Amino acid sequence: MSETPLDTGPNLRQRLRARGFDGVTMLVLPCVFAVIALFVYPFLYGLWLSFQPKTGGHLANYVKFFSDPFLYRTIQTTLILSLPVTILNLLLAVPIAFRVRLMKHQRILTTILVLPITLGTVLVAEGMLFYFGPQGWFSRTMLALGILSQPPSIVHGYWGVFLSLLITGFPFTFLLTLSYVTGIEPALEQAAATLGASPTARFREIFLPLLLPGLAITFCLSFVQAYSVLPSAILVGDPANTTRVISIAAYQAATEEYDYPLASAIAMIMGAVQLVVVVLVLGARSLLYRGPVAAAKG
Amino acid sequence: MPALGGPLPKRETMTVATRFETLRLEGVKRDFGTFNALRGLDLTIKRGEFIALLGPSGCGKTTALNCIAGLLDVTGGRIMLDDRRVDTIRTEDRGFGMVFQNYALFPHMTVKRNVGFGLKMRGVPKAEIDRRVEAAIATVRLQGQGDKLPGQLSGGQQQRVAIARAIVIEPPLVLMDEPLSNLDAKLRLEMRGEIRRIHQSLGSTTIYVTHDQEEALSLADRIVVLRDGAIRQVGKPDELYSSPAHLDVADFMGYRNAVPGRVTGVEGDRVRIEVGDGASLLGRPMDGISSGPAVAMIRPDDLEPVAGEMGVPATVDTIEYRGREYHGLARTAGGKELIFRSSTPVARGAEVRLGADQDRVLVYPEPRP
Repeated sequence: MSETPLDTGPNLRQRLRARGFDGVTMLVLPCVFAVIALFVYPFLYGLWLSFQPKTGGHLANYVKFFSDPFLYRTIQTTLILSLPVTILNLLLAVPIAFRVRLMKHQRILTTILVLPITLGTVLVAEGMLFYFGPQGWFSRTMLALGILSQPPSIVHGYWGVFLSLLITGFPFTFLLTLSYVTGIEPALEQAAATLGASPTARFREIFLPLLLPGLAITFCLSFVQAYSVLPSAILVGDPANTTRVISIAAYQAATEEYDYPLASAIAMIMGAVQLVVVVLVLGARSLLYRGPVAAAKG
Repeated sequence: MPALGGPLPKRETMTVATRFETLRLEGVKRDFGTFNALRGLDLTIKRGEFIALLGPSGCGKTTALNCIAGLLDVTGGRIMLDDRRVDTIRTEDRGFGMVFQNYALFPHMTVKRNVGFGLKMRGVPKAEIDRRVEAAIATVRLQGQGDKLPGQLSGGQQQRVAIARAIVIEPPLVLMDEPLSNLDAKLRLEMRGEIRRIHQSLGSTTIYVTHDQEEALSLADRIVVLRDGAIRQVGKPDELYSSPAHLDVADFMGYRNAVPGRVTGVEGDRVRIEVGDGASLLGRPMDGISSGPAVAMIRPDDLEPVAGEMGVPATVDTIEYRGREYHGLARTAGGKELIFRSSTPVARGAEVRLGADQDRVLVYPEPRP
């Protein structure tokens, strides 16, 4: 080739670039390594491990899980906790996002609402323990006002975890919802108004259909977050009973019984349940309009 | 809502604007904080008129339109439809049709559902909706496109859908906010004709906001020139074209040559304005001028090289051939640029005297700084 330099055509770099590989593409490599090391490998290892039970055949762990009520009921317990929390979060986020969308000082309110994210689950649970505890402000106020005759039992039960998930999950749900709501072209609502649509009709006919695809995504992300609840289920819940969520079962199998294969099987089942819910929601989403939410320009 | 409605379409009877003789803006004001977007508009519009609100950007024309539509509340004055007050009524109950600058078509609805939206909101029976939507789509010449989504249409087609959606409810008043500004030049001309045709065939009243004087001149029965939130002049297109009442209106109506000078005398119904270098022009006195510092305003089309001592002396800077004639740019000794036309070629660098017909030279008082 060196004898006929004019005939060599594009060099290796140019040919690679034509196929979409260049220096910038290489920046993705650290992420690929991280994903493989921290997600793909542990996942595959866990999957393999779940089929290597301490005793019995390959499927023994799965058989054990689905034949022991103490184990399989955790699916239900987790769903009963995470689904209502996610739905309530969405139901709260939508109207608040609609109000905030019109506010001048959006950033102040957004900052206040986002604070719980930075606090983390444990700190929120800690705070709740004090606030709702027998000597907390809430209990004292209620007792002082004579509304309650004894300290409430909010923490250390279902509602404690529910509340904690609501507090830590809402900012996330709200921020996502707000970005979807503000993405809708305001002129669409004005146009609907000039055509005689009442505020209710404008929401039903214009905003809701345009928001639903985004809300479906928000639902999935919020649900997955709520479903994998662990710290608050232990700290402000009733981890032996009403808030014995699936992650507790996995945690106990791994750290108390030292049965890593069973823990892996539980983790796989947990993932499968999440996947089923997410696939159902995204499947429903694919039936909706998913085009641009602003007026299309020609 | 259709499920609740009985045989009587509920909303249609509720809307205010069924028929009217006059729409009156009485001292309409709109403030945004300390900024006065509208400083008290007084305007009477008669049924069937095509009114253009014309002005540079930021003059308050869109604000005025939004106040009429109810998308903005007025902060002073009132809007009357005959003897009914409408500025206190919600947008959805006014029943005016509106065409938005970016069309604001509902992206998730087909053309048919977009057009039928207003009828559906009024509880019109399904069969009648279908019939009227079909007719409206035919009016804007979009037959066969009814089942497409707005994203699948070109800009011009989207514009037609927006117009069909606004007119299908047979509004007594149609509001249009720069509806052609997003289209290319050829389509703009075509749609201009369409809009005029639709206005005439429906016999509705139209208020049309634009910053394009040519659009306003060709479409409107009357033009309202706005500036800084106030009305500067209201008149028929030819009045505005030939006799702008104020200097800024003249500037906006295409009188691009402004020659400063001093009015030295009145000669019959003309005034003489000295423009320096011993040159002077005769022109029509405007805005009450009879003496003192003044500005002569002349359209490029009316300014041409003249023989003799009249006219402004200038040096030709550039000259371009435009088919039937030449367009040139000349500079006076004071450095003032003048755009002129010429039927014969003029050499670059040539010394010329530029003048215009007395009727076409408008002399305004010099604006106070």
